[in-house]
Amino acid sequence: MTVSSEALEPQQMSDEELVSGHDPVRGGMDPALLGMMLFIASEVMFFAALFAAYFNAAATVPDFWALMEEAVGLFHFPYLPIWMTTILITSSFTMQWATSRIRKGDRTGMNRAVAVTLILGIVFIFLWAADYGLLLADDFGIDSGVYGTLFYTLTGFHGAHVIGGLVGLGVILARGVGGQFSRKHHVAVEAVHYYWHFVDVVWIVLVIVIYILPLMSA
Amino acid sequence: MGTATAHAGTHISRRSTVLEWLTTTDHKKIGVMYMVTSFFFFMLGGVLALGIRTELAVPGLQWVDQATYNQLFGMHAIMMIFLFVMPMTTGLANYVVPLQLGAADMSFPRINALSFWMLVAGAILIVSAFAFGGAPTGWTLYAPLSTEFTPMTGVDLLLLGLVVLGFSSIFGAINFMVTIFKMRAPGMGLMRMPMFCWTTLVTSVLLLFSLPVIAAGLIMLFIDRNYGGGFFDPAMGGSPILWQHIFWFFGHPEVYILILPAFGVISEIIPVFSRKPLFGYRAFVIATAAIGALGFTVWAHHMFTTGAVYLPFFSFFTFLIAVPTGVKFFNWLATMWGGHLRFDTPMLFAVGFIALFLIGGLDGAFLAVVPFDFMVQDTYWVVSHIHYVLVAGAVFAIFAALFYWFPKIAGRRLDERMGKFQFWVLFIGTNLAFFPQHMLGLDGMIRRISDYSGNAGWTELNLLSTIGAFLIAFSVLPFLWNVFTTLRKPAEHEADPWDANSLEWATTSPPPPWNFDGLPAVRSERPWFDVKYPGVGHGPTPEHQAESEGAAS
Repeated sequence: MTVSSEALEPQQMSDEELVSGHDPVRGGMDPALLGMMLFIASEVMFFAALFAAYFNAAATVPDFWALMEEAVGLFHFPYLPIWMTTILITSSFTMQWATSRIRKGDRTGMNRAVAVTLILGIVFIFLWAADYGLLLADDFGIDSGVYGTLFYTLTGFHGAHVIGGLVGLGVILARGVGGQFSRKHHVAVEAVHYYWHFVDVVWIVLVIVIYILPLMSA
Repeated sequence: MGTATAHAGTHISRRSTVLEWLTTTDHKKIGVMYMVTSFFFFMLGGVLALGIRTELAVPGLQWVDQATYNQLFGMHAIMMIFLFVMPMTTGLANYVVPLQLGAADMSFPRINALSFWMLVAGAILIVSAFAFGGAPTGWTLYAPLSTEFTPMTGVDLLLLGLVVLGFSSIFGAINFMVTIFKMRAPGMGLMRMPMFCWTTLVTSVLLLFSLPVIAAGLIMLFIDRNYGGGFFDPAMGGSPILWQHIFWFFGHPEVYILILPAFGVISEIIPVFSRKPLFGYRAFVIATAAIGALGFTVWAHHMFTTGAVYLPFFSFFTFLIAVPTGVKFFNWLATMWGGHLRFDTPMLFAVGFIALFLIGGLDGAFLAVVPFDFMVQDTYWVVSHIHYVLVAGAVFAIFAALFYWFPKIAGRRLDERMGKFQFWVLFIGTNLAFFPQHMLGLDGMIRRISDYSGNAGWTELNLLSTIGAFLIAFSVLPFLWNVFTTLRKPAEHEADPWDANSLEWATTSPPPPWNFDGLPAVRSERPWFDVKYPGVGHGPTPEHQAESEGAAS
């Protein structure tokens, strides 16, 4: 009895498929990129649980929105949340710029764009720390009622994810400067750029939930 | 048999060194390490259960005080759920799924090793809780019991350990999903995957979406306990009910995480030992996915008595889950119907599973009835239900799987006579331990209490239950002896001892590090059967084969 063995033939793929992080052997999405998307899906559930806690408190605590607004209002001098939002959204665009450069095979351009993204991310972290410093100086801490706990937990975990993204940016910058990545082989860049956009989206939702909804509801 | 097994014996003579085990990224070695580790915690958790049952054997406090008792039942549950059933099914899936897919390994072998070592780290954290005041919170960790009433460090260690285990499982789930989506053998569409791969896939989806939620909840508890947070403290505007929502949003999918792999194991074994294909493969796949999806809609049926949930919604969806589960039962029965049944030990455990899991399913359906649930909330009825589902369900399926795949892992079959002896002891012990608890629950005996009155009329039933628990514990001994003596016998290296269907049997026992030298064409969900019986299944008949070869030349 014989067992026919079918060799795994590399399939013909268009350039377009190859440059957008697709699996060069089997077609479809690259396994590493699929893994990153699934990881992001689990992260979405993590933040969903924190947001559920937030809305649970908003629904049960009297004056929740007013208390939140008073503690961390968007238009409190020096308007740090507005600066942070501007910087993080800008960094999403520079990250997209980096990815589009390497998809065209321009590694130098990618390195520049990743470096800009990295710097913007670091500035965000400094502003985040400054914001915490101002709030703590105002005697608003993690133990200042459930809204304090929620504020610090949500923004804290977001900040931790930004730091995680910065590590990823640092890795692809080091690899890019070291001469790695080409038009066809740059799945790590694609993965980090997914993650960075995710971190940005979480921040936008945070801004809406923590800063804008209290303004509208208070 | 053919090129796939031509190299038998050339690469399996050398034993791996300890260093090779500790640094391995081979899914088979990692799978074995998962199984050995989790079996250790099965025995440790079992010892804790014996502590509980010994104390409850007769009225009065004889052996342990209330505080120790609180440690026992909480840690028993945590070990059995997080350190035994979950890693055991993960270990089985680790070993078997890549082989069934015809893959050389998992998609991310190093992350696979990371998952295992995170399990070890989490287990150490959890066990170390004993040395720091313990964790008398029950496995449900309800606030405020887990916040203001348990100041000991042990609870913090337990929380950290569970978070580490959670991330271990999330990474594992991602790994399984990518492996299943990206590494199937040529020709193996999703609807030609073995059922165990399907249940692993759905389990992974459940893990991916439920574990991050409990991780967030555990971290909230940690913040409340250590940093003055107020998530679950009403005085600060928090809500203890929130913890219950978060916990059960994870906790109910969790019970399907524990039982779906068991369904997969049974669906592998029943067709092989009935000499028939699985009845209603497509319905089975849909039922598995439906159980997974419905699993996210029923969490608040654990919270009927809080008065904070919409009862008809959660009651209705809980009943609805009985439908896909019923589909599975009838598929198993229809597979056996008219089959040429062989009652080797794996089949014995599988049939025992079907019989006893039915009881666990039915007494669970009672709990979906809101007024009934109000009466038996927190009684031994619930204890009985969970143990019929997890002992008669998950444990039976795990032993079925161990007997079924042991020849693949070790190259030798476990002893049949000792296996059957073990089965009957476990079967009798399980029913003796848990069936009386139905009556105790209806009679109002509350769980998690270390004592009961001698006048309550519960003494005889409790004594029976304790005897059953010791029988269950005893049944593990013949298994250990069986494994020990079998491993000392010379290996037979039978590639396919059960005359089975799926691709793991198309390679040597144990398989080489690269798994396969060549893969057969996959034309159905039973590719190896098609190869062995041309013309019977979906493989080409010999005449057809000759014809097409003639045409090619």
